[in-house]
Amino acid sequence: MKQYMLSVHHESPDEVANFSDEDMQRMFKQVDEFNAKVREAGAWVFAGGLEGIESATVVDGRGSQAIITDGPFSETKEYLGGFWIIQAPDLDAAIEWARQGSAACEGRVEVRPFDQA
Amino acid sequence: MAADRTPSATARDIERVFRAEHGRLVATLIRRFGDIDLAEESVGDALVAAVQTWPGRGVPPNPGAWLTTTAANRAIDRIRRESTRDSRHREALAMAPTHHDPVAERAARAEEVGVIEDDRLRLIFTCCHPALAAEARVALTLRLLGGLTAAEIAQAFLVPEATMAQRLTRAKRKIKTAGIPYRVPQAADLPGRLAGVLAVLYLIFNEGYLSTSDRDPVRDDLCAEAIRLTRVIRSLLPEEPEVAGLLALMLLNQARRPARVAGGMLVTLDEQDRTAWDRSLIAEGHDLVRECLRRNRPGHYQLLAAINAVHTDARTAAATDWGQIVALYDQLRAAHPSPIVELNRAVAVAELDGPAVGLELIERLDLDGYHAWHVARADLLRRLDRPGEAADAYDRAVALTDNQAERAFLLGRRAELRDG
Repeated sequence: MKQYMLSVHHESPDEVANFSDEDMQRMFKQVDEFNAKVREAGAWVFAGGLEGIESATVVDGRGSQAIITDGPFSETKEYLGGFWIIQAPDLDAAIEWARQGSAACEGRVEVRPFDQA
Repeated sequence: MAADRTPSATARDIERVFRAEHGRLVATLIRRFGDIDLAEESVGDALVAAVQTWPGRGVPPNPGAWLTTTAANRAIDRIRRESTRDSRHREALAMAPTHHDPVAERAARAEEVGVIEDDRLRLIFTCCHPALAAEARVALTLRLLGGLTAAEIAQAFLVPEATMAQRLTRAKRKIKTAGIPYRVPQAADLPGRLAGVLAVLYLIFNEGYLSTSDRDPVRDDLCAEAIRLTRVIRSLLPEEPEVAGLLALMLLNQARRPARVAGGMLVTLDEQDRTAWDRSLIAEGHDLVRECLRRNRPGHYQLLAAINAVHTDARTAAATDWGQIVALYDQLRAAHPSPIVELNRAVAVAELDGPAVGLELIERLDLDGYHAWHVARADLLRRLDRPGEAADAYDRAVALTDNQAERAFLLGRRAELRDG
């Protein structure tokens, strides 16, 4: 069994801002159903949706003085919306979960393995 | 006689056997030991052993089995030397035949014959996995299934050897870290995954085919390698019509190769010496196209093959059934529309309805960066006796291609134009 992070990426904050209440309800329902399937299959490790980027804070503790800034890490419009951590026997299985998750949350999903070492 | 000049007959025999067996060997060892690098290195060790012992004793009666056993033993030696405590490797030691156990060796040989075909299928689907970048898939397929060295692949694709070596290393690392499985895809995934494999093989073929330089034999080899691998896929998946279609397409193109270049210059289809075409490849290609028609599950490669078959069926250029070709392009554009298909269809329409009609169709297309568009346009303008515009179009086409034989052809055509 390998662990993978399936992270959801949105093109820009506007994309989410333009979702109607109907859109949101539909996606919540789809994601709930997907999550149930993941749990049932024993693939669930952890998952969560993230609050919007306006709630983000960046901390740089590399120097003697910590630097704290409002806003997301990335300079680009694209941002992380949430993620699943699953366990799967191989990449094909992880990709299949990602396909379903991507359809459920109506966003693109990046599949990345955890460092197993 | 300079001993270092021409390779001995035996060395060439060994190389031929080795290229034929490489894919099978790597595929089997990956299944047995679960590690691509180990498989590659052990197969390399087996080659060294063959080069050392075969010249004296001759090629063994079953070279594949000899190489497999030798490579497996070398793999075990490597594992023991690295004294890994990985339990997967311990299991592999238990599975592999021992050096002096004839029963185990016979069993291993029997097992090999049964699963060998599946192993190569597993290997090619792994090499062509969609999670790998397209250029990585091509490189890996040529390296592991084709047995080409990184240097040979680099030369074929005109990149530095270090770049190609790194591309291969990264691809293998991704297979390991991301956990790309070593197996044939599930039935539901097979059509999509097979399309990926065929696309890689077609890329390899085109890379070799579009090189018309006879100073570059490695690129000639690419066509032969693409055909060989497609034949392997066909033997493993005989019911898949797109595989047959791709093979037919390659064979029909390869058949015309001897007539394609004369005096360092490209010769267009209408001017090729058809007696130089390879009749047996054409016959085989036509048989495959007929088989595809019987199956009646049309697809992209089958349609391209059928179009080629109409050309190769014609005794002379004038005898070409252009109506049939246009009809096939109509089918192709319905199922797989693209500006390139439109371009090629327009060229065929010009043969049926005249260059003016063809030119009108071509000029609707947005293909300014594509040299073949300029070539087609130049040709039609030439036939419509508009030499000034034709000259400009030939110039654009020449600027867009590096292929020396093609440039020679285009410059020749340009020179023939009446000064406009």
